[in-house]
Amino acid sequence: MNLSKKINRRQWLRCLQQISILAVGACLSPLTVFAKKEEADSAIKEITGGAVIKDGRVTLVIPPLVENGNLVVLNVRVDSPMTENDYVKVIHVIAEGNPLPNIFAAYLTPRSGTANITTRVRLADSQRVWAIAQMNDGSFWQGYAETLVTLSACTEMV
Amino acid sequence: MSKTSRTSITMPAQAKKGAIIEIRAIAQHDMESGFRYTEGGKSIPREIIRVFTCSYNNTEIFKADFYPGIGANPLIIFTTIATESGMLEFKWVGDDGYEANNQARITVT
Repeated sequence: MNLSKKINRRQWLRCLQQISILAVGACLSPLTVFAKKEEADSAIKEITGGAVIKDGRVTLVIPPLVENGNLVVLNVRVDSPMTENDYVKVIHVIAEGNPLPNIFAAYLTPRSGTANITTRVRLADSQRVWAIAQMNDGSFWQGYAETLVTLSACTEMV
Repeated sequence: MSKTSRTSITMPAQAKKGAIIEIRAIAQHDMESGFRYTEGGKSIPREIIRVFTCSYNNTEIFKADFYPGIGANPLIIFTTIATESGMLEFKWVGDDGYEANNQARITVT
């Protein structure tokens, strides 16, 4: 009798511990990201004009863990033959967690040879970054990458 | 930020006809985002490079729009096909009358 009571107590404690971990996790998860996501969505909508965006063909590479968000190397590649009849027109990069979601837009031509752009960007927060490519036929393709930023850009004092 | 600044281009001086060459273009610029504040709480106005263009023998082959999300001293790496010998011209245009130019010669065999 005594023993079973002890087990119950232990189980109850374990249960409590799991709940508290969940609660702490919920508090830490950046709820503000959802508000920002809408801003990014509207930026994306402005680019596409509400057209359907298909997943794939776009590869976005950023380091999964970033120490300093002020200078993050970002590479975006689009799978395309880059011929007169089939090429990438524009690549847009949108960051969900930045105060201004747009990062850059690159306009390519068949003379680009490849659709491969590398640049250095600022990331304000741990977030998901989107790359949206428009082909010459007007279709949109997207890819994304997630990253953890330990020191944020944009908001620091001088 | 002055009206112009140093820029640098890295690309091959020679290439085979039809080869894909990589071009690295960097400009010296603070890219002040407009989201920062001084210790006094005053907002620092935005001052960035807005547009970068590259033309190959006077034909525009690449253009990029920059936003405050681009880091200081913007570097952009892109590719092009070496079609003919000639001059590549690079131009950066930004806020407050900022303008920088650079050029590079290429020999295509």
